[in-house]
Amino acid sequence: MDAQFWTYFLVGVTFSLYIGIAIWSRAQSTKEFYVASGGIHPVLNGMATAADWMSAASFISMAGIISFLGYGGSQYLMGWTGGYVLLALCLAPYLRKFGKFTVPDFIGERYYSKNARTIALICAIFVSFTYVVGQMKGVGVAFSRFLEIPYDLGVIIGIGIVFFYAVLGGMKGITYTQVAQYCVLIFAFTVPAIFISLQATGNPIPQIGFGSKTMDGVYLLEKLNQLSVDLGFDKYTDINQNTLINVFFITAALMFGTAGLPHVIVRFFTVPKVRDARISAGWALLFISFLYTTAPAVAAFAKVNLINTVSNAKYSEVPKWFKNWENTGLLQFDDKNSDGIIQYVADEQINELTIDRDIMVLANPEIANLPAWVIGLIVAGGLAAALSTAAGLLLVISTSISHDLLKKNINPNISEKGELWAARISIAVAVVAAGLAGLNPPGFVAEVVALAFGLAASSFFPAIILGIFDKRMNKEGALSGMLVGVVFTTIYIFYFKPQLGGPGLPQNYLFGISPEGIGTIGMIINFIVSLIVSRLTKPTPENIKELVESIRYPK
Amino acid sequence: MKEKYWQKNLFYLRILLTIWFICSFGFGILLAEELNKFYLGGFPLGFWFAQQGSIYIFVILIFIYVYLMNKLDKKHNLKE
Repeated sequence: MDAQFWTYFLVGVTFSLYIGIAIWSRAQSTKEFYVASGGIHPVLNGMATAADWMSAASFISMAGIISFLGYGGSQYLMGWTGGYVLLALCLAPYLRKFGKFTVPDFIGERYYSKNARTIALICAIFVSFTYVVGQMKGVGVAFSRFLEIPYDLGVIIGIGIVFFYAVLGGMKGITYTQVAQYCVLIFAFTVPAIFISLQATGNPIPQIGFGSKTMDGVYLLEKLNQLSVDLGFDKYTDINQNTLINVFFITAALMFGTAGLPHVIVRFFTVPKVRDARISAGWALLFISFLYTTAPAVAAFAKVNLINTVSNAKYSEVPKWFKNWENTGLLQFDDKNSDGIIQYVADEQINELTIDRDIMVLANPEIANLPAWVIGLIVAGGLAAALSTAAGLLLVISTSISHDLLKKNINPNISEKGELWAARISIAVAVVAAGLAGLNPPGFVAEVVALAFGLAASSFFPAIILGIFDKRMNKEGALSGMLVGVVFTTIYIFYFKPQLGGPGLPQNYLFGISPEGIGTIGMIINFIVSLIVSRLTKPTPENIKELVESIRYPK
Repeated sequence: MKEKYWQKNLFYLRILLTIWFICSFGFGILLAEELNKFYLGGFPLGFWFAQQGSIYIFVILIFIYVYLMNKLDKKHNLKE
């Protein structure tokens, strides 16, 4: 049985599973639809959060990026995990005690202002929508590369599945599907990693194999450093001091952004108690860490395998997978000196092989000669990662519209039934809109993800932290801080992103910080402006001080 | 009494977040070059902190906080 069969089989089985769960867990009330009635067990919520968090980018692209950046890839590993410490210690328990449905809810009530709620809901929708388009693209790519289904049809199938379980089940359906999706994706990611680790080092645990000796008695990383130097690249484990400041700021922006992303925060509204919110963040990070500590190992193993297979190999004798991936355009060989041998080197003039980074995960099983079913597993895993994240994001968009905009800002008298319908309709519209955007992704989707983290770090994070830890923080302070932070970050990113039409050049970066890391500065500006303005304006009303007091204690 | 609970919570936060910062931004980034002179098996130490160690420490920090706060909740009779 070939890879094609296994791919169809495993994708079919997992998709039926998701649909089954959706039918079983239909939402009956708005509370079920928005936060699954706050009745999810903390361990299950941890799994759901992990699936929510790990997107197509984590699953498919991250190991490849690390493979080509070496040490430089660490910014994603630390940046996309460290934020959970902030969530568990500084946000989740207090927001759970506050006990409402959404992030704009908290901002609106804590700062006793419709305007604050409106700014928050616009940011929430914008951040989630840019992010979800990327997931739809991931679904289309996974289908088109492996199942030879056209990209568009792939996106439509993806929309169909998400539509079904999100509209029907709301947060309840999404949560239980995400639990299943976590299991699929983590299994799919670790199985090939265990195989390659065993092959290369004899140790089945990739995290340890990564630092072990290969069969010829040399440490894997030492070997990789040597191979890299031989081909003219920097040593894999070496640190480039010139970009270190940028690594610092990008790591920080990703961490604070993580802690400010509405689709992550809202997951902590779904557990029963404050103590559950704390431990749930711990479970979430533990489950996430299984993939995040395996990814750098996969990156190193795959790089060694790839170099050993293709470097200075005769083009006529390359393995079959090489030709397959050439057809997809992810590998390109251009025999510049017509010697029929593949020169893969750092020097652009001589280099003949162009490698798409995604290939390090997608083609990994073939490069390592793993059985056909492992390839099917990778596809099912990639789809699980993309769909679970998409569903979580779509729910944030729909609650922002039906709850924050409609119920709180426009028509407070809407009935429970009416609001549930509004929630279903807005999630349906959001799914379709995201799908359409995924069919014609604007070329800048990948670039906008930097904006999503930058905005989350420079708007939500300070407003929530100050809302909990600073009783003196008032409406005027928080609003001006959010506005200045968001405006600064957005302008900087647009100005320095050529893909977004910005004229800025890298040599003019502020302190050498690239757009990906500027959210950190936006966040600091937000904190400073909020603190100064709040001290110069009216004190917080007494009832708000009592609210802050109450969220600080579990009972 | 309640004030004491909050102060103790802030005290835990300060300590745990300091460790959080030192292990990631410190060992993993600012001091990584220095630490790379030492090895943990095949890993240069700074590289290990950046790609493995910091993540393990993050997980442990959260579970330590959970343990400390559960104990504190009980002591102050704030357990739900």
